[in-house]
Amino acid sequence: MRRARIAYGGAIHEAVECAGQLKLEDGRIVEEHDVVWLTPIEPRTVFALGLNYADHAAELAFSAPSEPLVFLKGPNTFVGHNAFTRRPADVTYMHYECELAVIIGETARNVKPEDAYKYIKGYSVANDYAIRDYLENYYRPNLRVKNRDTGTPFGPWIVDATDVADPMNLKLTTHINDKLVQEGTTADMIFDIRTLISYLSSFMTLSENDVILTGTPKGSVDTAVGDVVVTEIEGIGRLVNTIIGDESFTNR
Amino acid sequence: MKVLGSQELLSVAVNPVTNTVTLGDDEASLADLQIDNPVTGTIYGTLLNYKGELESLGDAVYDKPYSSPPNAPVLYIKPANTFNRNGGLIPMPEGIPALEIGAALGLVIGKKAVALDEKNALTYVAGYTIVNDISVPHDSVYRPAVQHKARDGFCSIGPWIIERDEVQNPDDLALRVFINEKLQQENSTVNLIRPISRLLADVTEFMTLNPGDVLLVGVPEQAPLVQIGDKIRIEIEGIGNLENIIVDEKEAKWRGLL
Repeated sequence: MRRARIAYGGAIHEAVECAGQLKLEDGRIVEEHDVVWLTPIEPRTVFALGLNYADHAAELAFSAPSEPLVFLKGPNTFVGHNAFTRRPADVTYMHYECELAVIIGETARNVKPEDAYKYIKGYSVANDYAIRDYLENYYRPNLRVKNRDTGTPFGPWIVDATDVADPMNLKLTTHINDKLVQEGTTADMIFDIRTLISYLSSFMTLSENDVILTGTPKGSVDTAVGDVVVTEIEGIGRLVNTIIGDESFTNR
Repeated sequence: MKVLGSQELLSVAVNPVTNTVTLGDDEASLADLQIDNPVTGTIYGTLLNYKGELESLGDAVYDKPYSSPPNAPVLYIKPANTFNRNGGLIPMPEGIPALEIGAALGLVIGKKAVALDEKNALTYVAGYTIVNDISVPHDSVYRPAVQHKARDGFCSIGPWIIERDEVQNPDDLALRVFINEKLQQENSTVNLIRPISRLLADVTEFMTLNPGDVLLVGVPEQAPLVQIGDKIRIEIEGIGNLENIIVDEKEAKWRGLL
């Protein structure tokens, strides 16, 4: 099943996908374009992986890491499907990153790789934008690059883990204004999902609604104000986001 | 402050010198109280914001991998699994020889803080608390230190939040760390590279701080190291004392804390 959190008619609802439409808990069927999409869950701790695809690491002139390169994200950065993301006027290089999001379903500590899938509630899509202008070499990638308000679209929905036969063999694509700009497969992850859950749970406890953003393949290019960026993962979802400028933010 | 087991913050009169609280006619000392972590939001730490801490890196900041001193504030997150409380046990992970104490003043945010002006930034702070930001010692600060800073129980917070107006100048507060009653570290927020208002302005330029979030102003250089059995007390002038004990991870598990 595909589950979403949405706002409709002035209220927040849990909804499930139903033949191209959304079914609310009260049975009403609504059109996807008539709702405001919230993040599919309210994320607790969010981990993101840097350089977890060898081709992307090579593209950024890094050798593949020997242990997972993990950073954390705060709640301020998340927005849902069809949301807007701000590109500050002064930046020269802001790129999208299409990533498979793994959502934890229960408390996990010292999990063996072979047991890791049992702890997954479901999957979603995230677009982990980065602004390269703000990269610094301290706790890199630093929060100014990766934890900006509206900088992480997440959704549209969570797909139940039981509905995904093999999360390690899914095609990822990104289109900007309908043009294909990024293409890859989760099969090319350096540290696979089992390894990541085992690694993280070896030194800290994971809990329900913790999220692991598993990294992005090659093909990150600059974006411009007005671009419609669609990050899509086969069988998981198609996440649409529009880039807007500073003029939309009255407090700047 | 938040009494252990209750959902709400309780407003009490705190004497941060004697570490006693008064509620109505009753007075109690901190040692007799069971109090919980008073924080509800996200905890952000600030790296390299004490002059001595940056100086301790020396010329290395000009070499690879750093290449230059930091420009904007460098932040990290202490996630929910790290949250601990006054009197709580801090687990020493198996195979780790020592832990580092990070004595930090925590700014508790009172209202949504976006792109603040340094001039009125402080008015977005509801109050102050003490945070013991524990780390597995690590020399390199090039990559995020999740494995070093995000372990269970590694962020003790409290004992209470002192309201902003009770503190005359947060940029001039003495802090002391005692290990087993012996003074091991002494510093002051007067040594911050970015004083508090400037830090708030520079952080909120790139991300919003929400009510209940806590921004740590930094941890001073020469962080004391601790072992299993050590009792740690962080004192911050005008705020109070925060105490914790380091225990074997296995013992913490046995007590149901992990």
